Amino acid sequence: MATMTAEEILSIEERYPQVFRRPLYKRFAPLFLFIGILTYLIYVLWFFSLPQVLRESHWERLPLFLTQWISYDLQPEFRLDQPEITPKYPRFSALGENPNPDWVIKNPDGTFTVLIDGPAKSVTFGKAQATIVANGQTVPVSLTSGKPVISGPVPDWIAAHDDEVVAKMGFVGEVRVTVDRVKVRKRFLGWANFVFDTRSPFFGKSSGEVISLIVSGPDLKPGTSNLALAGDNIWNNAQWQHGDVWTKLLQTIVMAFLGTLLGGIVAFPLAFFAARNITPSGVLSQVLKRFFDFMRSVDMLIWALFFTRAFGPGPLAGSAAIFFTEIGTLGKTYSEALENIDDKPREGVLSTGANGLLVQRYGVMPEVIPVFISQTLYQWESNTRGATIIGAVGAGGIGLKLWEAMRTNSNWANVFYMVLLILLVVFIFDNISNFLRRRLSRTIHDYNRIQVEQG
Amino acid sequence: MTLSVTAPSLTASSGAPQQMADAWRRQTSLRRFYTVLGVGLLLAAMLASMWFADEANAGHFFDRLPHILDFLGWLVPKDWNDVWRALFDIASPHDTGTQEYNFPLGRIYVWGGFYIPEYFELMITTVNVALVSTFVGFIFAVPFSFIAARNLTPHPALRLIVKRFMELLRAFPEIVIAGLFAAIVSIGPIAAIIAIGLHSIGALGKLFYEINENIDMRAEEGLRAVGANWFERVRFADLPQVLPNFMSYTLLRVEINVRASTIIGAVGGGGIGEELKLSISRGFGAKTLALVLLLFTTIFIIDQFSAWLRRKLVGEQAFMMGA
Repeated sequence: MATMTAEEILSIEERYPQVFRRPLYKRFAPLFLFIGILTYLIYVLWFFSLPQVLRESHWERLPLFLTQWISYDLQPEFRLDQPEITPKYPRFSALGENPNPDWVIKNPDGTFTVLIDGPAKSVTFGKAQATIVANGQTVPVSLTSGKPVISGPVPDWIAAHDDEVVAKMGFVGEVRVTVDRVKVRKRFLGWANFVFDTRSPFFGKSSGEVISLIVSGPDLKPGTSNLALAGDNIWNNAQWQHGDVWTKLLQTIVMAFLGTLLGGIVAFPLAFFAARNITPSGVLSQVLKRFFDFMRSVDMLIWALFFTRAFGPGPLAGSAAIFFTEIGTLGKTYSEALENIDDKPREGVLSTGANGLLVQRYGVMPEVIPVFISQTLYQWESNTRGATIIGAVGAGGIGLKLWEAMRTNSNWANVFYMVLLILLVVFIFDNISNFLRRRLSRTIHDYNRIQVEQG
Repeated sequence: MTLSVTAPSLTASSGAPQQMADAWRRQTSLRRFYTVLGVGLLLAAMLASMWFADEANAGHFFDRLPHILDFLGWLVPKDWNDVWRALFDIASPHDTGTQEYNFPLGRIYVWGGFYIPEYFELMITTVNVALVSTFVGFIFAVPFSFIAARNLTPHPALRLIVKRFMELLRAFPEIVIAGLFAAIVSIGPIAAIIAIGLHSIGALGKLFYEINENIDMRAEEGLRAVGANWFERVRFADLPQVLPNFMSYTLLRVEINVRASTIIGAVGGGGIGEELKLSISRGFGAKTLALVLLLFTTIFIIDQFSAWLRRKLVGEQAFMMGA
């Protein structure tokens, strides 16, 4: 390309001034936008006092909570100030009432050895001395002088406080030694007692034993078959509450289904009166459209709170909240779909002398029904997700249970169990809805193709 | 759906039209049967769901129905002016020292006698949570969407990982993330921002990469021809094409996130949701009406503003494409 002379540039500039002299605000718009966003971010930093919140937050809890999602721990405690050292397990321990695990060994001389990760990570203690073994080091702790004293160098995995020695052994657990007691925390991967809780007669049996008991064993509880007993024990598992969790999950699904379906049923006739090209009166159309806007803008949360107060907490309140929001959302989308239809089939039916209702039935509905169903399915899918969160304000379903399990900060494994179930449900419903909508869109596609082919 | 209809041949035997009519009747009646069956099943499922929801609820539908109006009764304040007073933190003459009428207590003084009413401050918190989490979502979703788009991805394996990751973020219940981070950064708006922000990354990322997969690749090919690397191609060939659509979807996300941050607020994320929940559960009529009015107006204004801006953006883009 030849180089342009100054004269040529000038002549182009004369002919197209708007290209070279754009208004100032247009030229600097990106810069202003950038500065505006930056200012806003600085303001928000101040507004939420973010640096302070982040400084005061406990990030060390995050890995701890996440490990609790997939593991459980046992915390035996050994009193040293009693005549004889005996292990004591917390109530509701995952091992049941009187556990005798093989990793707690009572030595002949009255001392105890607790294997936290085999002999390589263990602690042996009597009344006078505790010996902690981990990371290839053996650390003796003397308990005779009124407080725990480590003789020799202190390795960095041990924290020696004034009255307590804490040995952290990574994921597998930790040991806390004071003069009068030894506390051990031993962590296991997996979910303990997921199938049978400690009160169940099937607790602690291998799956082979359980199956043989169910198939051919004597009745463990007179009058009930072993199969029914096992089913009842699983359903009413005190720790995992399978029955309650699944019932609440079903409530969430029902809330989304019922709310969306009822919303669709109510929105369907209203949409015809709201669509500009079908409505008998323009005023009615405007009133209905503002009504749809209102139902949407009041928001699912407000509806949920109101109906929780009206009907009491439970899925009825949640269904009603979704129902009212959906009237707005579906009414709006339905009427927009109606406004986009092709008028020719309607005219055709009208020309045969059909009355108003028949025109809608044979001239309009074949065209919009697939679109309506597709949009309803989409809303159903998104409400299945939304119903979880609505539940937490008291509108029933798994949301409240989830929120209560989290608030105590102790039952993260149960939280994870429920999250997995919710993810599963969302996944299944997404796929059902996607499959149905794909089939429908094929129908719409075919319909359009035929229309094009026929001119 | 059978769509092709063969015209009856004139040379066919005399029994053919009769056969065809029978076949057509059989088909219609079968289709009608399936429709009735489908509607019937749906109706049965609906009735079963209604029964189940009613059984599981604390109060039952028909027991509570006559009392719906009682419940609306507490909503009506003794003095309608109290709604304005509650909204702007002006002392009420009905103040009896209870929480129902302690309007001026919530004032947040900014400068001398000038104050921000409590509910406006809470509404600003909720809106700020929504805006910041949308911003976080946008910042992460843009690069993710270029990696996840089939036509732009630097590596197919990377594409699959990013896509799955975004799916997980999208499906993961927001309330669990909020609860987890409430335990880490303390209960309040920061946990809500993290929860809604993470969800927005997934939701926006999906919409964005679908836009990316539909772009015109000629600009990209031009840059590839002059030896531009991946970042340069994305920045100068792809981003200018998709940015208006990205902004349009982001604005839509702002609308959704304002609602989400209200709800997360109600379960402990702070902001106006929490106050609304307390006010409704304690039956404070004037306060509830003031809060609902404020929330409704804000959501309505944000929706309308965003719709106007989106029309402008998409309109502008259409103009550019036409030129």
